[in-house]
Amino acid sequence: MTDGEREDERDMVAANAKLRLAASRSAETDLVIDDVSMHFDTREGRITAVDGVSFAVERGEFVSIIGPSGCGKSTVFNILGGLIGGYEGTVSVGGEIVTGPHPSVGMVFQEESTFPWRTVIDNVAFPLEVKGVGKVERHEVARRFIDMVGLAGFEQRYPSELSGGMRQRVAIARTLVFEPKILLMDEPFAALDEQTRLLLGDKVLKIQQDLKQTTLLITHNITEAVQLSDRVVIMTFRPGRVKRIVDIRLPRPRDGGVIGSEAFGRYVAEIWNDLREEASRGMAESEAGARKGRG
Amino acid sequence: MKAGSMKGLSVPPLLIGFGTVGLALGLVEIMLMLGLLNRFVVPFPSAVFGSFGRLFAEEELFERLLQTGAEALAASVLVAVFGIVIGVVLYRFRILRLATEPWVAAVAAAPIVLAYPLFLVIFGRSAATIVAMGFAAGLAPVVLKTLEGLNGVRKSLIDVGRSYNLSQSQLFWKILLPAAVPTIFVGVRLGLVFALINLIGVEFLINFGGLGQLINDLAERYDLPAMFATIVFVVLVSVVIFAALERMERWFRPAR
Repeated sequence: MTDGEREDERDMVAANAKLRLAASRSAETDLVIDDVSMHFDTREGRITAVDGVSFAVERGEFVSIIGPSGCGKSTVFNILGGLIGGYEGTVSVGGEIVTGPHPSVGMVFQEESTFPWRTVIDNVAFPLEVKGVGKVERHEVARRFIDMVGLAGFEQRYPSELSGGMRQRVAIARTLVFEPKILLMDEPFAALDEQTRLLLGDKVLKIQQDLKQTTLLITHNITEAVQLSDRVVIMTFRPGRVKRIVDIRLPRPRDGGVIGSEAFGRYVAEIWNDLREEASRGMAESEAGARKGRG
Repeated sequence: MKAGSMKGLSVPPLLIGFGTVGLALGLVEIMLMLGLLNRFVVPFPSAVFGSFGRLFAEEELFERLLQTGAEALAASVLVAVFGIVIGVVLYRFRILRLATEPWVAAVAAAPIVLAYPLFLVIFGRSAATIVAMGFAAGLAPVVLKTLEGLNGVRKSLIDVGRSYNLSQSQLFWKILLPAAVPTIFVGVRLGLVFALINLIGVEFLINFGGLGQLINDLAERYDLPAMFATIVFVVLVSVVIFAALERMERWFRPAR
């Protein structure tokens, strides 16, 4: 593909995204990210992490953002969560422009984020404690969510006594206890093994259906994206742009069984088709970088 | 679970430890009896242990322990409070940290006890000099470890706090400080050990106060068994304090 063609394709993608945005605004949208770009100044010069990204998430929808490492997924996550500023474009939550962490957005982080000095129940009750909810009441609410993520009986344990998957469930429960309207998750299962990841995916899906939460999942795992999402946003390697948005028309409620279906396989193949080019470009560039660094 | 298995293991090593010390002392005793060691330089271990009764009855060992203990307590509280506060201030103000951290590190490595004449001039031959000396010796490690602890708080924990819109003071009290406590406590333990060593050293040097002065007195009287007994006593007290601090540390970092 020549540069000109790539440019054309990019314009088309951007135009499509805008159209989509305009269409989705009429429906009930919870989260709108409109033409967002973000640059970082590094020693090697200015890097564009995210370039003109636009999409919207409707109320109760489960959307995944998928892309190779270095596509700016985590930057998008931090922008949506209001943790970083200094970007171009606008992000709005329930119609309000985001300027900092929004009270109706809950975040689940990729890295270990449970508080090691707090028991499971005090970890989960943390957001309520900060809000000034009394101990009895916040523990009662926390218990409900601990139960929901399947950790009943572990209330008095410390995170160090739990497995990685259990700790991540504590983090999810801690985010849910706040009852955020919108749930943002940045590769929450990345550090877990495949089986745990699938089981936990099931759990998250079930919770999301129960609470009817608007959910945005950042992932690099295609199976996970297809298993969980209504739509999958595919991003390009640096600079991160929206390459395509795939509608996943698999029946709901879904469980682990959906993975065996023929349609599931078709979606995975379709997304991989789009992703392969980006991933190999990413690999080539990081190898080139390593070679340059060594020389 | 881990602690349990450690506990099960800890009896034989303890026995071996005491056995080794006992054996070495027995060997010294025999060598002294055989004339292989000079009994004017090395006292009989049996005489050393025999002089404990005399120390308690005539030399007021217990009262002296209380005196040194009070000085140590005062120095410890000062070290912990000032060390942690200074560490937090340096963490908050980057420019101050960049300006002072190398100096603090240098102070931590310096033999501060050599500065005792200065403290003697300022505070006179008094308990204040001793406490000030202990404080000066123990401060640097607490400051450094407080800084290290606060700087080492995982970004994801801070992000969690920020995502809940925590105020600066909530972020500090609910996340930064508790996350840093284990590291800070290592600093406090180091600081207390430094303070204690210097405290007794200065007591010895200026011939004032509790246990250090007693060791000095006994040495000048050439009462070697009693002097060694006092040294053994100081070592035992240090062991007890150290064990207590370790127990406290475990209490501060449950199940980690």
